[in-house]
Amino acid sequence: MDTSGEAYWKATLTLIAQVLAVWFFVSFGCGILFADALNSFSLGGYPLGFWFAQQGSMYVFVILIFVYKHLMGKLDEKFDVHEE
Amino acid sequence: MSLQTMTYLVVGATFALYIGIAIWARAGSTSEFYVAGGGVPPVLNGMATGADWMSAASFISMAGLIANMGYGGGLFLMGWTGGYVLLAMLLAPYLRKFGKFTVPQFVGDRYYSKTASVVAVMCLLAASLTYIIGQMTGVGVAFSRFLGVSNSTGVFIGMGIVFMYAVFGGMKGITYTQVAQYCVLILAYTIPAIFISMQLTGNPLPQLGLGGGFVGTDMTLLGKLDQVVMDLGFPQYTTMTRISTLNMFVYTMSLMIGTAGLPHVIMRFFTVPKVKDARSSAGWALVFIAILYTTAPGVAAMARLNLHASVNTAVISGGDLFAESSSIKYDERPDWMKRWEVTGLLKFEDKNGDGRIQYYNGKNPPAAAVAAGWKGNELSVNRDIMVLANPEVANLPNWVIALVAAGGLAAALSTAAGLLLAISSAISHDLFKNIFMPDMSEKNELMTGKIAMACSIVVAGYLGLNPPDFAAGTVAIAFGLAASSIFPALMMGIFNKKMNKEGAMAGMCAGIGVTMFYVFAHKGIFFIKGTSFLGMFGGKANFCMGIEPNAFGAIGALVNFGTAYVVSKFTPACPDHITAMVENVRIPRGSKAVDGTH
Repeated sequence: MDTSGEAYWKATLTLIAQVLAVWFFVSFGCGILFADALNSFSLGGYPLGFWFAQQGSMYVFVILIFVYKHLMGKLDEKFDVHEE
Repeated sequence: MSLQTMTYLVVGATFALYIGIAIWARAGSTSEFYVAGGGVPPVLNGMATGADWMSAASFISMAGLIANMGYGGGLFLMGWTGGYVLLAMLLAPYLRKFGKFTVPQFVGDRYYSKTASVVAVMCLLAASLTYIIGQMTGVGVAFSRFLGVSNSTGVFIGMGIVFMYAVFGGMKGITYTQVAQYCVLILAYTIPAIFISMQLTGNPLPQLGLGGGFVGTDMTLLGKLDQVVMDLGFPQYTTMTRISTLNMFVYTMSLMIGTAGLPHVIMRFFTVPKVKDARSSAGWALVFIAILYTTAPGVAAMARLNLHASVNTAVISGGDLFAESSSIKYDERPDWMKRWEVTGLLKFEDKNGDGRIQYYNGKNPPAAAVAAGWKGNELSVNRDIMVLANPEVANLPNWVIALVAAGGLAAALSTAAGLLLAISSAISHDLFKNIFMPDMSEKNELMTGKIAMACSIVVAGYLGLNPPDFAAGTVAIAFGLAASSIFPALMMGIFNKKMNKEGAMAGMCAGIGVTMFYVFAHKGIFFIKGTSFLGMFGGKANFCMGIEPNAFGAIGALVNFGTAYVVSKFTPACPDHITAMVENVRIPRGSKAVDGTH
């Protein structure tokens, strides 16, 4: 891998770390660790912590993959490593 | 038309559809048998992955477990969807770029060792077989109800059908069949959920209905459910944690990384045309999966409320739950209970001899129950029947009940077929063809694969008669095994270019070894009844920090990563051509069509 390859890989790892941070925050954070605290708020008829565990985190996961796919596509082009 | 006739008709029609598609797209060569020629577009591939993924555990079992576990059941929801984020980012695109079609092939090439590939085959077999045991449990429930036979007979019939089904097609047939199966199972899951959500909350979307108001009152649905279950002595639905926060955390993590380590799911991403498509395929798969998974919590809570309401009239009227006339008379029980009693999965025992059904938490009886002369819980309902019984409990039209039976069977069959395919390719291709008998003919390879399928079904069926857990629980164990062995090996193979074969093999063996040891201590050696050895640890279940065996895969994965790291520091470094290969896998450019010939 030449220098641009290394830079591409570094940028990839940064993106993955950012997405994983959100992934962790909504599920393990809001859905489990802070669920009790969040339950004192409500969203419609849902206690908020319960909502994150049984609804919210899943919506965020779907969005995350498509955001990742989009940003990764841009990285591929930027470093000129995309498929022909 | 009677319910039974309607069920035969709907189930028969969907089967005819699948078989028709399988014949139409019949596989010819070995490469087609396993990967469908690499030309499946992302949306369809996502849908097929959805069918492949959503098994008897998701369809039949999960909502029933959530109904029982309340908030804690969220671990299944987060665990079985969150793994796709990991899969899309950490594995799928790189494995696609690598361009082989099985997990052991990747492990064998990346770790430049046939032994490593054999270790991967063993781990894969352990996880897949355990997974199929869970499917057999679910298939048994579905067939026993559908044909009106005992649960064991249901398992035997299921074994036969799964076998015929899997041997018939191969991946090419299966991809298009699975698109059809996805459509059947998602309709079968959502239609009754919409009906029930309308009945209970007036909102057709269960995702919103669950957060809506309970009709005819000023209470929310969840508020009403919390109140009913607590009055009956059960823990509060919306805050009930699964054992402990730590256990829930570890359990969720184990399911997530297990998702990204399961061979039959990963195999799907080898078949897309491009690296880019591997990323979006994972996204589409999750979209189609999330439709069912976001519906499930509504199904769970509403099924729980309906179950209580169907045996205690005061649940809906808001009267005294413990008044004598509130509990319904056993002689006047609804028809759905009679139908499920035949399967042996629903039982009534009149403990206080009053001829009425008292359903409550007998282990923590509320004072009012004791005062009313209740002598213990009288109704036992197997959690795996909740989803299938749900439309019957809610008095939905016969065609909806029939559709749910067809959906449950579609879910179980599609996943069992995908898993059997992974097992068959691991044994015939990765073990025999590549290691023991390199000059085996293509015909013999296919035959070996089919024999492997038959053996797996017999073993899984036998163990499925006395399953280690409810369907979704058994499947969770399978995820733990995949999490502790395959996921770390794949991830280090891509993200740590210095990882060598010694490290990877030691890691896989240590990870799956620790996990199996912990699981077998609780559930018996190879899940055989009466061979558990908890006694060695003072007979206390969940002896490691209160973590249950189903959740232990995450700990196994930690052990795997740690062992691999330490061993790789003290053994010869990874050769240069492998490091170069890893660097090449990391960039999308230059991806080739999947090479099936190896």
